[in-house]
Amino acid sequence: MVSTILEMRGITKTFPGVKALSNVNLSVEEGEIHAVVGENGAGKSTLMKVLSGVYPDGTYDGKIIYRGQECHFKGIHDSERQGIVIIHQELALVPMLSIAENIFLGNEHARYGVIDWHANEARTTALLKKVGLNEDPKTLITNIGVGKQQLVEIAKALSKEVRLLILDEPTASLSEKDSQALLDLLLEFKNQGITSILISHKLNEVNRVADHVTIIRDGQTIETLAKGDISEDRIITSMVGRALEDRYPPREPDIGEIVFEVKNWSVYHPIHAERQVIKGIDINVRRGEVVGIAGLMGAGRTEFAMSLFGRSYGRRITGDVLFRGKPIDTSTVGKAVQHGIAYVTEDRKTYGLNLIDHIKHNITLANLGGVSRHGVIDDLRELAAANDYRGKTNIRASSVYQMTGNLSGGNQQKVVLSKWLFASPEVLILDEPTRGIDVGAKYEIYTIIARLAAEGKAIIVISSEMPELLGISDRIYVMNEGRIVGEMAASDASQEKIMRAIVRGEGKAAS
Amino acid sequence: MSTESTPAPSSSVAQDIQPAPRFAVSALVTNLREYGLVLALIAIMVFFQFTTDGTLFKPVNLSNLVQQNSFIIVMALGMLLVIVSGHIDLSVGSVAGFIGALAAMMMVIWPLGFLSNPLVVSIVCLIIGGAIGAAQGYWVAYHRIPSFIVTLAGMLIFRGMCQALLGGGSSVGPLPAGFKALSSGFIPDLIGTWEIVPPTVNLAGKTIVGSGLSLHMTTIVIGVIGVLAYIYFGLKARRAREHHGYHAEPFVLFTAKTLVISALVLFLVYQFATYRGLPIVLVVMGLLIGLFVFVTKRMTIGRRIYAMGGNAKAAQLSGINIERLTLFVFINMGVLSALGGLIIAARLGQAVPAAGLGSELDVIAAVFIGGASAMGGVGQVIGAVVGGFIMGVMNNGMSIMGVNVDWQQVVKGLVLLGAVVFDVYNKNKA
Repeated sequence: MVSTILEMRGITKTFPGVKALSNVNLSVEEGEIHAVVGENGAGKSTLMKVLSGVYPDGTYDGKIIYRGQECHFKGIHDSERQGIVIIHQELALVPMLSIAENIFLGNEHARYGVIDWHANEARTTALLKKVGLNEDPKTLITNIGVGKQQLVEIAKALSKEVRLLILDEPTASLSEKDSQALLDLLLEFKNQGITSILISHKLNEVNRVADHVTIIRDGQTIETLAKGDISEDRIITSMVGRALEDRYPPREPDIGEIVFEVKNWSVYHPIHAERQVIKGIDINVRRGEVVGIAGLMGAGRTEFAMSLFGRSYGRRITGDVLFRGKPIDTSTVGKAVQHGIAYVTEDRKTYGLNLIDHIKHNITLANLGGVSRHGVIDDLRELAAANDYRGKTNIRASSVYQMTGNLSGGNQQKVVLSKWLFASPEVLILDEPTRGIDVGAKYEIYTIIARLAAEGKAIIVISSEMPELLGISDRIYVMNEGRIVGEMAASDASQEKIMRAIVRGEGKAAS
Repeated sequence: MSTESTPAPSSSVAQDIQPAPRFAVSALVTNLREYGLVLALIAIMVFFQFTTDGTLFKPVNLSNLVQQNSFIIVMALGMLLVIVSGHIDLSVGSVAGFIGALAAMMMVIWPLGFLSNPLVVSIVCLIIGGAIGAAQGYWVAYHRIPSFIVTLAGMLIFRGMCQALLGGGSSVGPLPAGFKALSSGFIPDLIGTWEIVPPTVNLAGKTIVGSGLSLHMTTIVIGVIGVLAYIYFGLKARRAREHHGYHAEPFVLFTAKTLVISALVLFLVYQFATYRGLPIVLVVMGLLIGLFVFVTKRMTIGRRIYAMGGNAKAAQLSGINIERLTLFVFINMGVLSALGGLIIAARLGQAVPAAGLGSELDVIAAVFIGGASAMGGVGQVIGAVVGGFIMGVMNNGMSIMGVNVDWQQVVKGLVLLGAVVFDVYNKNKA
């Protein structure tokens, strides 16, 4: 007989000025894998924080009924005591402590404060076996990969006698193989009777393991689908509230003369001085053209882009950068910007935004000259510019005075993009412009890219998602181990062709 | 004071969630920190006004208060930029002491001829202060050595050099009267004094000091012009915002704020006018405060400093030369430390080995009481100034009350802790 382990009824949670959740219902059956999907900012994480007591009882409306009893969690300890364990997207492990120390952190086998290491390690070994991780409990966290760290987090959850395991985007930073292993583990847990809630963007994963899918949009429950009814199209439709006939906006390329050219570009590693990271790259971009750079992780794409942009990466940089046929100096970021080049980083939180300042100040930062005279900022001009770009890129926020740290990933990305659009560049280098953002926001970013190309900008897109590159580019360079190993028109490119170029390039590099 | 508020929803964008009637409340809540700080200062002033039987607001005491604390506030202006940019400067007290000693040696001991003129000496000292700032900032900016360590070294070095210059434990003085005017002088009365009540003459035919009532009219005129300008520019900025269709600060709040600040300024100006007018050091300080408010609020360089403190990597990738900016921040701090040192020496009338000793802590405390974040990126000039005045009024008030110096430290420590706890509590609640 199927029984309900968790029921959340009419959950409403408001932040100052924003209604994050509005009357959300979620019902999870004992022993199932229940997926929760939705766009970034839809309220998935907020819902899980309500459930786990991060937002304590009384700060939200609605009821949580867990194993037949109404719960009033005052904090995360209360929910953990009941066997509800949440594993956050950003792993909460201490890098310089061992696996065993991390698993029992705050929960050590100890007597009068003296730790019994034998007991800890013995239990750790048993737990690691359960999650299929073959590592010495004494190994430091910093010495194992992200995939294994994720398993340690799960082992830690198991050590707390978990009944309901919540995983927030567990495979976001895992390789394909590690992701598969993790999903298998979830299925294994299901056999042992552990219930899981899986928050994910990756619809193929959801498809594979979930028994039910609940879709949340704009802080509201849209629908819950049972296994038989789950289909990617149906989920996408519910997530974005409209049918997505095409995931990429249509565009009519109008390609002109060569605008931007890089010749024989070489870069050495900033620390290991003898290691050449970029090995004589030649590329060019035309007016109104979107050029993709494909490649695997570690191919050197970001390093290439950052070394071009004000020598922000690497040492002993040689080669020429030409703008409309004339060599230009891009040796500092300031000079590169002056010459009309913009680089939109892949890591918006670390390199893109001042998270403790509001949208307006972030948007104008790269072009303060555009809103000031003699070094004095015109407040109203700045406000007008910020509102203008907020509208153009459709940033969803209560106003331009909202802190960027409080925005969802997609909206943060739009702020970074706005910042560079406001600098009115001729050449835009977009590094993983849709990483970690949801389907709806991706479409909006693609639309912006298409519009910029139509305006005659030259655009370089670096992406690890091959369908995306094939969908939006006119031409694709394939990069591997610091070299360009292939170039093809998007019209006759395919994922297989790109992969073949990478593999062939690898063979070349080895010989 | 922040005059920013929520703009009107632009048509193409998702709807603003905040309804208009809540503006007054929400604007008050968002600016609670800033209003709260000023109210705390006023409350502390009123408290000491009572506990000192009205001595605190006596014109003589107000002049004293300004002269005793102005160097803290001057240095706090520089420290604010240092802390906002994500650094700290522990050397400011020692640099101030060293510059004071150097100035005294140049004016009194060394045979420099016309170069020992107070004005020339002051300018040379400010330049040397800037050079000291550059020497420390260089290591921080270009070699990424933590500012805590560099300036801790600077603190030892310049205290030692201060004592060495003065030849061990001796003091050097007296300093020329022209130099001392920097701290103890008052602006000249160009308009003339308005004698309302003539001073009482005693039986011996001598006037009794402090009796009667006469006003330093130049001071009054400056004060009134200042307040009128403040109101005019406030209204003008409001109208410009409304004209462009943006919501300005709620009118009630704007009026209340303007009235309270105007009344406070006029009251203080009146008190100064009944004594000897505005102290020169107050005018210097006032101009500097105005300059730094302008730089941080309105100028690109100020904006860049906040961006650098908020996220240095992002600032760098936005085309900001963070090395040069850091160097500038430390040079600025060096110049202001030197000015602080000159003010201290001018007030004491001589250079002493312990001048400015421990003042770096008062300066840093003022900035943190004023709401700056130790992580960088957050802090306001007005906050630091009010923080400095809170420290100063407490020093002064407790001294008049006869509170033991030991206990004064305890109270100041508790106030610093309390202010920061209040801040963090507020932030978490929001």
